[in-house]
Amino acid sequence: MAEPLLSVRDVHVRFASRRGPVHAVAGVDLDVVPGEVLALVGESGCGKTTLIRSILGLVAPTSGSVTFDGHVVGRGHRRLRRLRRSVQMVFQDPTGALNPRHSLYESVAEGLRIHKVEGDEIGLVHDALSRAGLRPAARYAPRYPHEVSGGQRQRALIAGAMALSPRLLLADEPVASLDASIRGEILALMRGLVDDTGVSIVAVTHDLGLAWNIADRIAVMYLGRIVEIGATEDVIGDPQHPYTRALLSVVPELEAMERQILRGETPDPSRVPSGCRFHPRCPVVASGEAERLGILARCTGEDLALAPVPGAAPPDRVHAHLAACHAVSADATITAGGEGSAGATPG
Amino acid sequence: MSELSDVVVPGSAQSPRSVAWARRRRAAGEVWAAFRRHRQAMAGLIILLAVTVMALVTPLLADRTGLSAVDSLDNPVWASPSGDFFLGTDNLGRSVAVQFLYGSRTSLLVGVAATMLIVVIGSLVGVIAGFIGGWVDSILMRLSDWFLVIPFLPLAIVLARILGPSIWNIIFVIGVTSWPYVARITRAQVLSLRQRLFVERARALGASRRHIVRQHILPNVAPLILANATLAVPIAILTETTLAFLGLGDSRNPSWGKSLEEAYTAGAITRNAWWYYLPAGIGIIAVVLAFTMCGRALEEILDPRLRERR
Repeated sequence: MAEPLLSVRDVHVRFASRRGPVHAVAGVDLDVVPGEVLALVGESGCGKTTLIRSILGLVAPTSGSVTFDGHVVGRGHRRLRRLRRSVQMVFQDPTGALNPRHSLYESVAEGLRIHKVEGDEIGLVHDALSRAGLRPAARYAPRYPHEVSGGQRQRALIAGAMALSPRLLLADEPVASLDASIRGEILALMRGLVDDTGVSIVAVTHDLGLAWNIADRIAVMYLGRIVEIGATEDVIGDPQHPYTRALLSVVPELEAMERQILRGETPDPSRVPSGCRFHPRCPVVASGEAERLGILARCTGEDLALAPVPGAAPPDRVHAHLAACHAVSADATITAGGEGSAGATPG
Repeated sequence: MSELSDVVVPGSAQSPRSVAWARRRRAAGEVWAAFRRHRQAMAGLIILLAVTVMALVTPLLADRTGLSAVDSLDNPVWASPSGDFFLGTDNLGRSVAVQFLYGSRTSLLVGVAATMLIVVIGSLVGVIAGFIGGWVDSILMRLSDWFLVIPFLPLAIVLARILGPSIWNIIFVIGVTSWPYVARITRAQVLSLRQRLFVERARALGASRRHIVRQHILPNVAPLILANATLAVPIAILTETTLAFLGLGDSRNPSWGKSLEEAYTAGAITRNAWWYYLPAGIGIIAVVLAFTMCGRALEEILDPRLRERR
């Protein structure tokens, strides 16, 4: 098993707001190994963007630690600067992320100049632009953001990130602001970068279908916590958490599943429900299934952490399929005592 | 996009510096083209050029001795414009034309120098307050509030009185009392820029504050500061006029404001000696108007919201 490139341990991020403290990230553990694509999936406001921003120190974690390449990431400009050479970020809105007064050349060269990268700047910039699919680079380099399309802007942004040969790319909804026709190209580009350069990618998205397309592993976040994590085929093929199943049931490509439309918005992170934080919206609780399993009191009153999904033998610590659901463990006790059929799922 | 092709040199023969300079030249060229199409702006610019040339060549046109009452004893007093005295003479027999020419030098110098002081202090305070924020911002903004709240004229009068009547003191007084407007506008712009995603991207790339300010903040507030500067010049000129009219001007250097004051105290208005007060008055109005026209035009050209997309 490869050593994790990035380890996030028990990271919390709290914000002060007018209505009181907001617990945007509430204790997240995450490992990313070299050369993998991890998709971070969840609804708007679940803390996924805050989590990746805290990895780069763009928001300071309230507590917890981030370890990159064996070194604990410190605070302060000097220490973060070294991290920010090896970890790059791609933003959701490429139009806003490019300075309108800078040509694509200058935007791509910015990182090289900040880190005083030795060598032929023009060559490096043109190389990054062509690798990002802006060919011939010499034609795109002098253009301004308003002179190219949204997809080309996102390519320029990716070129700017890749120019520094990072080892980890954090992508915040990289295709959410793009036309459907261009999304596929950008995703293929990102997948290609992983295969060519061995970079790891953590991609934040609200679209499980997209995660399915490019990710090696998927982490599902709900209200500041990871509620299910595992290899893509495990999470998509054998979803354990009712929230994951609800998200999957509305992916158009997966027609076999019965649709579950979740009621209500993501709850307010300034007022987290007691017990399992998903229970007010949980279909297992609403259908009476939880009561039948005799776990209703635990669902509403007992908080829980990620636990290995029973049945499947965990390949290793990083790639294990984990879920945080009382019903999963309760069901496991039943199946273990009864028929013992693996893959039985509640609900 | 077709206009792009003549800028783009195929191949990678351009160096980053030359790319940046080409961009700046192109941007400046575009602003100039828009400026030339703007009638008011061109009218203002022509007036300004004329006055500036006049101020610069004044020592060649007239001798400073014409400003001295002692040297003008032989001249007729209150002479109306004639061949000898193009704009007549005042109550002491001095040539009004000579006073007008030398006055233009003072008024322009005060206007431009005080504006530079206003812009330097104002943009510095605005950028620091807006970018650093926190208690630095609070202190700087309370300080600017203090200058904004205190009635301007009494403060300027007191300062001018304490510092003594010299042209540089007048410039200083105008500068230290007028910077808060520029500081406020700059700070507001910096606050909004600081939230922009490209600033966050620069931070994520590992940029220092210095880099962010120089590469992202300053270039984006510069047009606003420039437009405000051209609008601050008339205010500075009028303030100099006011202070000079109240007798707080530099007694050795004639200015248009001082001419107005002297004409007023000498009773030019009751004597109907229009040639004494009109030139200075018209000069002030023309220069102020010209700067305002250029400033408004620049504001319009440089403000992306008022500009059609390139």
